[in-house]
Parts: sequence; structure tokens; C-alpha cells
Amino acid sequence: MSESAARRPSPIELERRAFRKKQSGRSVAVSFGSTVVFAVVIYFTVINTPGWERVQQAFFNVDVLVGAWPRVIEGLWLNIRVLFFAAIGVLIIALLLATLRTLRGPVFFPLRAIAAGYTDLFRGIPLIIVLYLVGFGVPGLGALPRMPLEFWGTIALILTYSAYVSEVFRAGIESVHPSQRLAARSLGLNYGQTLRMIVMPQAVRKVTPALMNDFIAMQKDVGLISVLGAVDAVRAAQIETAQAFNFTPYVLAGLLFVLLALPMIRLTDWYSARLRDREQAGSTV
Amino acid sequence: MATPPVLALSAVRKEFGDNVVLDSIDLTVNQGDVVALIGASGSGKSTLLRCINLLEQLDDGQMWLSGDDISDPRVNVDSVRARIGVVFQQFNLFPHLSVLRNITLADTEVFGTSKTQAEATAMRLLERVGLADKAKAFPDRLSGGQQQRVALVRAIATNPEVLLLDEITSALDPELVGEVLDLVRTLKDDGTTIVMATHEMDFAKDISDQVVFLDQGVICERGSPQQIFEAPTEARTKEFLHRFNNR
Repeated sequence: MSESAARRPSPIELERRAFRKKQSGRSVAVSFGSTVVFAVVIYFTVINTPGWERVQQAFFNVDVLVGAWPRVIEGLWLNIRVLFFAAIGVLIIALLLATLRTLRGPVFFPLRAIAAGYTDLFRGIPLIIVLYLVGFGVPGLGALPRMPLEFWGTIALILTYSAYVSEVFRAGIESVHPSQRLAARSLGLNYGQTLRMIVMPQAVRKVTPALMNDFIAMQKDVGLISVLGAVDAVRAAQIETAQAFNFTPYVLAGLLFVLLALPMIRLTDWYSARLRDREQAGSTV
Repeated sequence: MATPPVLALSAVRKEFGDNVVLDSIDLTVNQGDVVALIGASGSGKSTLLRCINLLEQLDDGQMWLSGDDISDPRVNVDSVRARIGVVFQQFNLFPHLSVLRNITLADTEVFGTSKTQAEATAMRLLERVGLADKAKAFPDRLSGGQQQRVALVRAIATNPEVLLLDEITSALDPELVGEVLDLVRTLKDDGTTIVMATHEMDFAKDISDQVVFLDQGVICERGSPQQIFEAPTEARTKEFLHRFNNR
């Protein structure tokens, strides 16, 4: 087998390789061509609509964009901070809820019931209502020290999203085949160890795409804390819009949210692809 | 020649990176032949079957199915695969479909046969293998041997030109192996052309017309079952069979 380096493929194989190369070259050319045609058609359709100039003025005004930039960016920084703490909070509480819901045995009934009731309640209430209740209601009790608005916004986000995410975790935990628990318990691992070292790692892998989906959804919903009056990117854009009589700041805020989401989306794709390669090697068609 | 062989391979080569897993494989399988591929794990038996079913792209050589060059990149791989039946080690029945639907799926969806006709064919085959009463059952309710018999029926329901069997008894309990091998023997008697990778040496000796011993990706020795099992000439064949008999 050492001759493989010096080996020359047969003429038939060389012709096949040339054909495959030509085919893939053609696919690239076709996809490039169709993309260009598509983009050109969209471009000309949009700029030829009767109201395009006015829309361009109101939504895509470069001067307004530059003017709104500092304030919107400052607002976005608030979004990022809220997102950071909310994500950590959601992760902890969701894991706790999911674990509680999968506990077996009659003794744990109250815990299971509380967890189930919690997820039912917070998946049912619209986030904006939770925001009002927590943001205005809880400080109104007067029992707690004064906290900034974004603090209550973060709490509201955690309450709502941990209900969603706990259900994702639970689906993942239940999708791990029972034989895995059986094997772990037969090695002498206890319930907690089995859950922590065997079930959870597999569950999290299975639901990573769904988790990332929820994370990205939350990333956008952080913008809703503006209803409490916290000056985040959306609120900042609103203020700028009111001052300039122009909607460009909203477009700017929207673009920034997209940019914020992109790295996470790519990271998820990369991570899922890596897991596929490692654990399901050689079964592609 | 008048009619081309059902399957012909010439100088087939497959590499995974720098690793040559198949090299210079020549093979001719005539209508009604049973060819047994034997060899240690990793000798390339399964890879060869995967190549024939176009699940792996060749790195050199040619393959013909009833005279059509199936290694040509211009062929439609789906239509080639529709002409080949495959049974896997792990059965691979579809757990969400009934036994009957598992069998009729390709017939109705790929070949466009009517549902009534496909079900009639499936029921006839199931009756022959004694599983007619399981037609409405779901695969998980069946024993391993029954599942593998259903998988065989599924593979032959569309009258493939050649049947590829990839160690179909390796995942079965010993007492269930017999029923599956009996069915394979029936299929041979019906004139089915079969290429099988197997570790069942007695069965291979009994049923096959040609035995091919693969070692590290090359055909080390080939011949009639009597020749290979009773009077092997190559040292590696002798060693392999010796190890096998003393397990």
C-alpha cells in the first residue's frame, strides 16, 4: 500500500474526476448567477415603487443614522448587560425547574406540582404583562429597596424565559434513552450523579438548537424592557425618532440587534455540526 | 457475451484519506449466484457493499449493474439504488410504520405501484415467510429474527436485481439466526442474486457459489466454497479460518 503516493488513477477515474469538477463548477456558476439575478430584480422592483424616495428619506437617512448612533449604541450596551444576567438566571432556574419536574417518587409531588404550575403560568402570560406586573407592581409594594428599572426588567425576563427553557430541558432529559440511566445506575452512580454526568450532557446536546433559538428570541425581547422606561436601544431609538421626525434610528436599532444575534447563530451551527461529526460519523447518504 | 452479469466490478479502489480500504477488487456475479464475502472485521467487506450501493464514492475502478456503468457520475444514484436490495446488520426498519407499510413503502413511493397491488405483493411475501399475522404490527413488537425477516422481505419486495446482505445475523441471538438463514436459502432457491458479507462460515460454505476472502482491502483468495474452506492455498486464508474455527 506504500505505492499509493506514486499511484496514478486510471483514465476512467481521471475523466470522472474532471466531470465532477466541471459539475461542481457549474453548480457554483448557476448559484452565483441566480443570486445576482434575484438581487437585481429585488433592487429594481423596490427603487421603482412610487413611494420609494419618501421611504428612503424616512427610514434610511444616513445623517439621522449618524446622529442617533451614540445614544442607540449606549442603549444597546444596556441590552447586552441585561441579556447577560438574564441568560445566567434563566439557565439556573430552568435547569432547576426541569430537574424538579423529572423527579420520581410520591414524596416529590409538591415540588413537581409547583414546577408544573410555574411553567404553565409563565408560558401562558404575555411577557409584556409580566414586565408591567414586576416592573411597576413589585416596587409598589414598598417592601424592597429601590432598584433600577432594568433590574426589574431582568427579573421579568428570567421569570418568563425560564418557564420556556425548562420545558426544552425537560424534553431533552426525557429524550435520552432509558437504557443510558440503566447503564449508569448499574455502575453504581446515584440518581443525582446519573442526571448530572450521563443524562444532562446528552440532553443538552440534543436540545442545543432549541436552546439557542430561545436565547436569540430572548435577545430580542430584552428590547421590551423599554416599556418600563429603561433607556435601552429601542427606547433610545424612540427618543431619537421623536427628535428627528425620522424612523431611521429604529432601523439602526434593528440592524444592531441582528448583528448581536449573528455570532450566536453561527456558533450554534458550528457546534451542532461538530457534534454530528463526532457522534454520528459515517452514516451520511 | 449474450447477457451481461448482474454485477461486475473491475479494479475497484476506495480510500479514506491516506488509508486504502479497498484495492483492485474484481468481481463477477452472475444471475442467481450467491457470493459470500468473508474476512476479519475491517477487511473491507461492508465498505465494498456500501460502494456497490453507491453509498461511498469510488476512488478508482468501475462497477456495472446488468451492463450499466453505475460508477459513472452521470447516473442517477436513486434509480440505481432502487434496483439493488440491501439488508443491514441492525435491521433498520422504520419504527413509525407498520410491518406492511415498511414493505410497501418503496413499491408505492419509488415505483408508483398502486396501494392495493403493493399490499397484495407484501402479503404474499409475508405469508411465505410465516409473518402474515404481523402485518399490522409495529417493528418494535417483533423479535430480532422476525424483524430481520421483515427487512429481507422489504428488500426483495421490489424485485431488485441483486440483494446485498451486510452481516445480517450478527446482531441476532444465536437461536434466532436459523430462521433468517433459512429465509436466505429460500431466496437463493427462488433464483435471487445475492452478495453477502458474513461471519456464518458454515452457512457460507453451504449456500454460496463463490467465496471471496478479503484481507486488508484486497481479495486474498477466491474460489468455490469447497476450495476455500477445505483446501485454502493462501497462508492468510488458512490463518483466518483456523482462528475462526477455534473461537
